[in-house]
Amino acid sequence: MTLVLDLTLCALILAVALATVLGGGVFRAIVFFIVYGLLLSVAWVRLDAVDVALAEAAIGAGLTGVLFLSAFGKLARIGAEAEPPAARIRGFLPAALACAGLTGALAWAWFALPVPERPAPDLATALPRAGVENPVTAVLLNFRAWDTLLESIVLLAALIGVWMLARDEDWHDRFGLPQHVRPGGVMANFGRLLPPVGVLVGVYLVYVGADRPGGAFQGGTVLAAVGLVAALAGLLRPPRVTQIVWRMGLVAGPLVFLVAGIVGAILGAGFLTLPEPIAGSAIFVIEIALAISIAVTLAFLVIGPPEQGHRE
Amino acid sequence: MNDLATYAFTSIGLFFFVAGSVGFLRFPDVFSRLHALTKADNLGLGFIALGIAFQAESWRLVALLFLIWGLMLLAAGTMSQLIARDALRERDGR
Amino acid sequence: MTWLTCVAVGVLASLGAALLRVWHGPGRADRMMGAQLAGTSGVAVLVVLAPLEGWAALDVALILALFGALAAVGFVKAVSADGGGDPEEDEDLAATPPDNGVSSE
Repeated sequence: MTLVLDLTLCALILAVALATVLGGGVFRAIVFFIVYGLLLSVAWVRLDAVDVALAEAAIGAGLTGVLFLSAFGKLARIGAEAEPPAARIRGFLPAALACAGLTGALAWAWFALPVPERPAPDLATALPRAGVENPVTAVLLNFRAWDTLLESIVLLAALIGVWMLARDEDWHDRFGLPQHVRPGGVMANFGRLLPPVGVLVGVYLVYVGADRPGGAFQGGTVLAAVGLVAALAGLLRPPRVTQIVWRMGLVAGPLVFLVAGIVGAILGAGFLTLPEPIAGSAIFVIEIALAISIAVTLAFLVIGPPEQGHRE
Repeated sequence: MNDLATYAFTSIGLFFFVAGSVGFLRFPDVFSRLHALTKADNLGLGFIALGIAFQAESWRLVALLFLIWGLMLLAAGTMSQLIARDALRERDGR
Repeated sequence: MTWLTCVAVGVLASLGAALLRVWHGPGRADRMMGAQLAGTSGVAVLVVLAPLEGWAALDVALILALFGALAAVGFVKAVSADGGGDPEEDEDLAATPPDNGVSSE
């Protein structure tokens, strides 16, 4: 019976992916893409990767949808033609052949790989030294900390790329478009009811990431989405680029991570290697700083660059 | 006994889910589809959560299941009002 | 339990059928409701699979339920006149007389 479940899920994911790219309107493609993200998070749970499912749920259900929809709205407002031109058959065949070839190569590679053992033997022997019990957190923040450090800096670089879209004269304005809601209406009350629960869930996910699925990225993404809800409901006015406090929040994560790595080097264990006695608490501190940075970075990414129009 | 309750409630929940989807497909108007979506599907989710609560191993999980249902109700209530307003505006041509 | 897997397949199948409305749906609201339905169905599938896959799946369901309405809120904001409006504060709509008394203003 689980085979039927997996087949249904795979068929649905493929159908929705096909529907996304088959055209017929940008808005329809956006909605199908949101549905695709939701189905993927179910697929990750089915694959026993709950940490990835948590991140996919928060990003696919919330942040990506809002990002695409606000881009769609902006295109409609400036009167840009949002529909792609009709495809000609001549360019279609080489692309189809290339995609079919890639799919065939991936399928061959999939069947040629050996079946991995669970848990991986190297990880099983090294896990007690990691300071945490969740193997995903141990790999992300201890054994392969270099990759996570670079990823957090890449996120910051993406945000700076978005800020470069701001016009010079808007640089000192607040982020995003000004939001206004009917006081006492549905949207305002939604913005009041959701954030307390959301903040609790986000902090819970960061805290519990040491032992159970969760962690800095998942908790940070939930907190970013909560901040987005509060901003969209008009309850939180987005800050300005020039405010120092928010800039410190952005760099806090990579900075603390870097400092922990240097401390590891000073204590003799090597750069970004955490000595075993302090590994658990060091990971906890790094996770808190990373969660703050990820939350602020993702929220600013979705809200957008500084734009004019905010009333003072 | 617990398993019997799970079978019963999840069956009722599945029935409401299918009913909601059929209504979503077959109702003639966007507003009636909204009724089918928000009422039937959330009722189905409530029954499914109730059924799974009989399988839960601790009261914390039962509370989590009902928190999930409550949040889904909040989301459905908010979404239905906002989308209905937008559908009204679109229908009137604005 | 096999029955729980059957319920999960049933919910996924009804979601698949409802996605036809997203494909055909003549208006923006129909398509957006399809996204909401996908969220509800995803929560239902995860809740049903939780005894089988491990109760950590309920955390994923919690996040999906928490942000179920976020896409819809983003949608109504994006299609409002200035990109930051609330459909409930539209002055033209308030001036239209309600035909069956459902206006809450």
